[in-house]
Formats: sequence, C-alpha cells, structure tokens
Amino acid sequence: MFDPIMYLKVFAIGGLVCLIGQILIITTKMTSARILVSFLLLGVALEALGLFQPIKEFAGSGITIPIIGFGASLAHGAIDAGNTMGLLGVFTGGLTATAAGIAAAVLAGYIVGLIFNSKTKK
Amino acid sequence: MNELERNERYNAYVEAKMPKTKPWPSLFHAFWVGGLICCLGELIKDLCLYFFPYMTTQDAATWSLVALIILAALFTGLGIFDRIGAYAGAGTIIPITGFSNSIASPAVEFKREGLVFGLMSKMFIIAGPVIVSGVVASIVVGIIYLFI
Repeated sequence: MFDPIMYLKVFAIGGLVCLIGQILIITTKMTSARILVSFLLLGVALEALGLFQPIKEFAGSGITIPIIGFGASLAHGAIDAGNTMGLLGVFTGGLTATAAGIAAAVLAGYIVGLIFNSKTKK
Repeated sequence: MNELERNERYNAYVEAKMPKTKPWPSLFHAFWVGGLICCLGELIKDLCLYFFPYMTTQDAATWSLVALIILAALFTGLGIFDRIGAYAGAGTIIPITGFSNSIASPAVEFKREGLVFGLMSKMFIIAGPVIVSGVVASIVVGIIYLFI
C-alpha cells in the first residue's frame, strides 16, 4: 500500500496505454467512440489469451483504469462464471463483473444531465 | 465536375479546416495526463484499503473505478472535462473517465430534445457501441472457454 515504485509503474503503463491511443488518433483520425471500442476489445482479447492478469499484477491501476480493464473484467467475469455455472454463467458473468461501473456511469450521467445545461460554444 | 473530383476537393477542404494539433506535444500530454489519472485511481484504491482494512483489493479497485466515473461525470457537467480533454486527447479518453464523459456529455447536450428521447436515449450514443461490443465479445470468449 502507498508503494512509490508501484505508483511509478502505474504512471508508466497507464501513460503508455494513453500514448498508444493518441498515436492511433493522430495517424488514423479515429473518433473517440472507435478508440473506446477498439481498446475495450483489446482488453477482452488480452484476458482471453491470459495476458491480462500478469500485466495487472505488474501495473495495477495502470491497466485496470484504462478501458482495457473494463473489457478484461467483462471477459474475466464471463469465463469465471462459465466455469462454475455453465452456459448461463457466460451470459450473466460479464455484466455482473462490470455492473458497478456501468450503473455508476449511468446514474452519474443521468444526474449530471438533469442538473447542468450545455454551454453554447463561443 | 464529376463525383470523384468533387469528393477529392471536399476532402482537401476538410483537411484545411480541421484544427491542427501538433503531433509530438500531444503525445506527451496524453502520456502524462493518462498516467496521472491511473495514479489517482491507484491512490483512491490505496485510501480505501487504508481506511477500510477489511475491504478486499478487488472491492477497493471497483470503488476507485466508481469514484473516477462520478468525478469525470461531474467535471463534464461543470465544463472542466472538455478543457482537460482538449489538452490531453487520448489521455482522458482511454481511462474510464472517457467512458463516463461519453455518457454524461451527450446527456447534457441532448437534454433539450426531451427527457426520454433526448437525455435518456442519446446518453448511450457512444457508450452503447462500447457495451454492445464488450458484451458480445465477452460471451463469445466465455463460450469458447466452455469447450476448452
């Protein structure tokens, strides 16, 4: 806990992931929706290939905070629940693992949408 | 003027009108802001574990995600997020803050089109594809794992 070396690793890996995203934006002119979807699918692929857990042990939040971590927990949940519950688990596992994040984003987005008004661009 | 030529001229026009971002500084901006947001996530996780010793590491990590999501939505409403985003580019899009912003931003923007068909539907304009592709991909992966 509060290990400076860990924070250095989190900063380096988290920064690197965003750097790769920025290179993609500059070179391919991808919109943010496409960027989010591709990194999410990258996370699903990393988890499916068993590469995500080692990176997570090394970099902690550096890889779980980027949207890659969201994809990885979707896949992790589906695989895990599939092992214990079979096919039904495959359907329930992914969304169960990411329910907190999705629910928080929907609630926060809804409340913010109700309270704030869009500012006209100058 | 045939269609091909017209498209070419249009593309050249778009190219000329597009806001120019210098590639090298923007890479550096994305790196340090993205790294900092991940460090903030790690800090919230550590604070959770410090103040609530019985919390599991997994739960603390989930709390830090939730906290970042709520912060990003609030900053979006206040108009601060757009300013950070203009500076940092992918540095704010790739972390979970980008997912939260992609929901909160259209929610604010489309409120004037009504509560149901404006705010509530349009808030998923970017998050929708993300959730659909993620759920489909995770089910495919889960089914493959059932058979191996």
